Amino acid sequence: MSESKALGGKIITKPFLVCAVFAAVAGVLLIKRFILGIGAVTNLSDGYPWGIWIAYDVVVGTAFACGGYSMALLVYIFNKGEYHPLVKPALLASMFGYTLAGVSIFFDVGRYWQAYNLFLPGFSNINSIMFEVAFCITLYIFVLWTEFSPTLAVWLEARGLKKSLDRIMFFFIALGVLLPTMHQSSLGTLMIISGIKLSPLWQTGALPLLFLISAVSMGFAMVIFESIVSSIGLGREIETPLLSKLAGVISPLLGLYLLVRVGDLAVRGKIGLIFAFDLKAVMFLIENILYIIPVVILASPANRKKSKQLFIAAVSLLFAGALYRFNAFLIGFDPGAGWQYFPSFSELMITFGLIATEIMGYLVFVKKMPVLHNIKHA
Amino acid sequence: MDIKRRDFLKIAAGGGMLLAAGEPAFAREPKQLPPEAVGILYDATVCIGCKVCQVACKENNEMPAEHTAREGIWDDPIDLSSKTLNIIKTYKNGTGEAKDTEINGFSFIKRHCMHCVDPSCVSACPVSALKKDPRDGVVSYNKDACIGCRYCQIACPYNIPKFEFDKPFPRIRKCQLCNHRYKDGKFSACCEFCPTGASIFGKVTDLLEEAKKRLALKTGDYYNYPVAHVKSANKSYRPVSKYINYVFGEKDGGGAQYLLLAGVPFEKLGLPQLSGSADAAFSEGLQHTLYKGMIAPGVVLAGLLFAAYRSAGGHKDDE
Amino acid sequence: MNDFIDNGSEVAGDSLDRIISQGVSRRDFLKFCSGVAVMLGLPAGMGEQIAEAATAAKRPPVLWLSAQECTGCTETLLRSSHPTLEKLILELISLEYHETLLVGSGKQAEEWRVKAMNENKGKFILVVDGSIPVKDNGIYCKIGGKTVLSLLEEMASQAAAVIAIGSCASWGGVPSADPNPTGATPAFEVLKQKGIKTPVVNIPGCPPNPYNFLSTVLYFLTLKKLPELDDQGRPKFAYGRLIHENCERRPHFDAGRFAVQFGDEGHRKGYCLYKLGCKGPETFANCPIQQFNDVGVWPVGIGHPCFGCTEKGVGFTAPLHSPARPKYITPPSFFPGVDEKRGHGVTIAAAAVAAGVAGAALGAGLATSKNLDKKDEEQEKSGSREK
Repeated sequence: MSESKALGGKIITKPFLVCAVFAAVAGVLLIKRFILGIGAVTNLSDGYPWGIWIAYDVVVGTAFACGGYSMALLVYIFNKGEYHPLVKPALLASMFGYTLAGVSIFFDVGRYWQAYNLFLPGFSNINSIMFEVAFCITLYIFVLWTEFSPTLAVWLEARGLKKSLDRIMFFFIALGVLLPTMHQSSLGTLMIISGIKLSPLWQTGALPLLFLISAVSMGFAMVIFESIVSSIGLGREIETPLLSKLAGVISPLLGLYLLVRVGDLAVRGKIGLIFAFDLKAVMFLIENILYIIPVVILASPANRKKSKQLFIAAVSLLFAGALYRFNAFLIGFDPGAGWQYFPSFSELMITFGLIATEIMGYLVFVKKMPVLHNIKHA
Repeated sequence: MDIKRRDFLKIAAGGGMLLAAGEPAFAREPKQLPPEAVGILYDATVCIGCKVCQVACKENNEMPAEHTAREGIWDDPIDLSSKTLNIIKTYKNGTGEAKDTEINGFSFIKRHCMHCVDPSCVSACPVSALKKDPRDGVVSYNKDACIGCRYCQIACPYNIPKFEFDKPFPRIRKCQLCNHRYKDGKFSACCEFCPTGASIFGKVTDLLEEAKKRLALKTGDYYNYPVAHVKSANKSYRPVSKYINYVFGEKDGGGAQYLLLAGVPFEKLGLPQLSGSADAAFSEGLQHTLYKGMIAPGVVLAGLLFAAYRSAGGHKDDE
Repeated sequence: MNDFIDNGSEVAGDSLDRIISQGVSRRDFLKFCSGVAVMLGLPAGMGEQIAEAATAAKRPPVLWLSAQECTGCTETLLRSSHPTLEKLILELISLEYHETLLVGSGKQAEEWRVKAMNENKGKFILVVDGSIPVKDNGIYCKIGGKTVLSLLEEMASQAAAVIAIGSCASWGGVPSADPNPTGATPAFEVLKQKGIKTPVVNIPGCPPNPYNFLSTVLYFLTLKKLPELDDQGRPKFAYGRLIHENCERRPHFDAGRFAVQFGDEGHRKGYCLYKLGCKGPETFANCPIQQFNDVGVWPVGIGHPCFGCTEKGVGFTAPLHSPARPKYITPPSFFPGVDEKRGHGVTIAAAAVAAGVAGAALGAGLATSKNLDKKDEEQEKSGSREK
């Protein structure tokens, strides 16, 4: 079996510094947000109360962070142990992704000082999809950190602690599969109550199922993407054989997704909307073309052995899932005539700053803690 | 545990189709009008666009002035906002000469919270900051519960809840039917001050009866329109205009406590065309089907625990 | 005594001098004419032109036919005070026939009427006040044995223009109120029925503001044509706007402050009288601007609701204290429309940074892709070498 080991190396590199600049700018803008209010740094309005902070930072961000979920599902539930080396880096990315999504929420909500009301029985509204999403995500963040704690224990050289953690880990692994199943699907259910404000190209009772399938597939895609990118960036060999096996799992998932997506539109009689060729129809087409590309690429076994094809397929799938979520939360959302929204400069910079912080965190952890494993190709 | 891939796909796909087409099957029971539901009946054909209702609303709810209009006139909002809980808007077509006429005519329309029978905002709010009074049905807001997530804004089909984006400690703002005046024996300020009787207050059952009565009258006949309250002795004797034969709010979106009559089709006046069932019913129904009593998650968790223990439980691992 | 009976052309020195000798200063007279010019919406400089026309050598003749009237319209003219109007009327125009103001009466009066008509055929202004009864061949109002209906036909057909002063002559007024036993009809309708083409101006009001009448007359004399009229023959400068549009209590209406009972707090504070039945919102007139008696009073101003005296269907028809049925003019553009533009759109900075990051990501992706291509080739080579 392989062993994980800290990568070592300099923390302060050029990419790290570039990220640091973005993070610093975001930090300043966030101070502005807290002093002057959300309107001072965003273009949010009553017609578009949710913008890129929700659509990207939370919805897409958590979907991008589904690597841990997908790998846990594959390795521990479907018992495919050969993918084991990919688990810890996926977990790390998930941990950061979800933590940052949680932090983003804290910046986005207006009355953040009362956010704990979500968890007080006197206030909780169990009929609210938002309640379930918030509760699940919060719990899941704790689960992710707990799942990562053995690595921390090793770093802190607390061998006894690590032993105890290993013994109860199965419980957290199980939770770590249940909770994302619940909230990734519910992120889709969130939009059901917007009724006619969401275009029929996206509004459907199948939203939870579609969000769930796409989240799982994005998790795998993110594992492939991050594996390749970090290998290149950190000067390691690409784990092509393992990744190509993983790619084989993605294809049937995408097939199922597209079946439900198109079938749902047909059953509701909304296929005609695609041919309106307005902004929504075009975005719908782009979204689904981005889904079809990986299906086509990964259909051929030869392609699955090439890291370039894997990379393109993974990136296309990530964009597809991201665009699907952008469409369902923002672009397909139409509050009525007269309203417009495009993120402001500050709003974008805060989002980029948070992503930069995530990258910085990942780099530090990977270099200081035993996350990545030693590669020994067969 | 080795679920055959093919079976898994079949079940999932089937479930997806069912969810798509089976909306009525998944909706929970629709909510009913509360026993003493109060509301407002607005008759656009009686409205003269004087905007006293806007002024009275601001004065009685301590709302500030808003200067968004092009000419910079003192308080001239262009839409509902965190400073304006009630607004008169205008519909104009062509020459705009004939009142309450769709072609080459104009009409006024009064917009504020509909106080829906099955409110999307109440269903959406994760912390019960928006609540529907079980007796009089007024949907009111509690800033001490609210976390400012703005899900209510996403949920409301009429885009009523407005958020104070310009404040560091923001609230949601919307019409609350002046329920703070009830204890003094008063009712909604917009109705109390409306000079013509375009806005009248009262029990929803009475208002609906009055609305239906008006729709049955002949255009041009004279009728005593009640002023301020549906049961008021103060009347305005005036000719009946031509109505669109529909009471908006009776069934729209599951029904509302704010009813409207007009001479111009309601979609031209900016009101959305909703089905007869509330979105909240479907959203909650779907959620409860999946999570009722947390049974399904419990069962799944049991299975997951079993699988996880088998592959990772108690093992020594170099993680 | 005979001073007052003028036959116009014979009056010597019929000029400004004579007016001045009567006690009206040149400055006052010119001021008056300028005032009239302004009221008509003409440039102030036209005052001199008006003065000239008014004091032209031959004063234009005016005949005044009174039908079913109360003499209020004559009374109102006697309430303009600067300069004293009787002097101006007698100096500016030649009032040939007027039942109340004539000294003579009976046969002599009627003979004079016929003489004045014939001598000034096609040149005189016919002023009509009071409504014309048409029922039963118009027997309900006769002058000198002749029905006023036939007199109107006779006189109007020879006049240069007809000015119907007062609501009665303009649309029927009090006598025309339900059940209208005499068949009271406005002048213009009688003329229309009889096919008489003489232009008619209506100056409604009960009584009308005297300056509305005076300005119309002087306009006609100066410019030899009638002022711009609305679809009811009323001069637009006086009847173009609703009273509601110019009322000084309008802010109270717009803010919902009403007097509900005479003498209540709102009434004493001068609040809007809509709830007391003010018909301002459905009545066209210039009462709030012009006001009456040269001392700035008008009904609403002193606390009584307008009853719509100028307006057919309102005055003497709608109950005094029932709410007005406001007349509408297309709402002004600053009333918010149903779909105003709201929210915040794209800015250059935002578009730039979004495009920049997108471009960087795309570039990085392409570079990585190329890199991977190389790695894949190497892998293949090494793979095939191993074989």
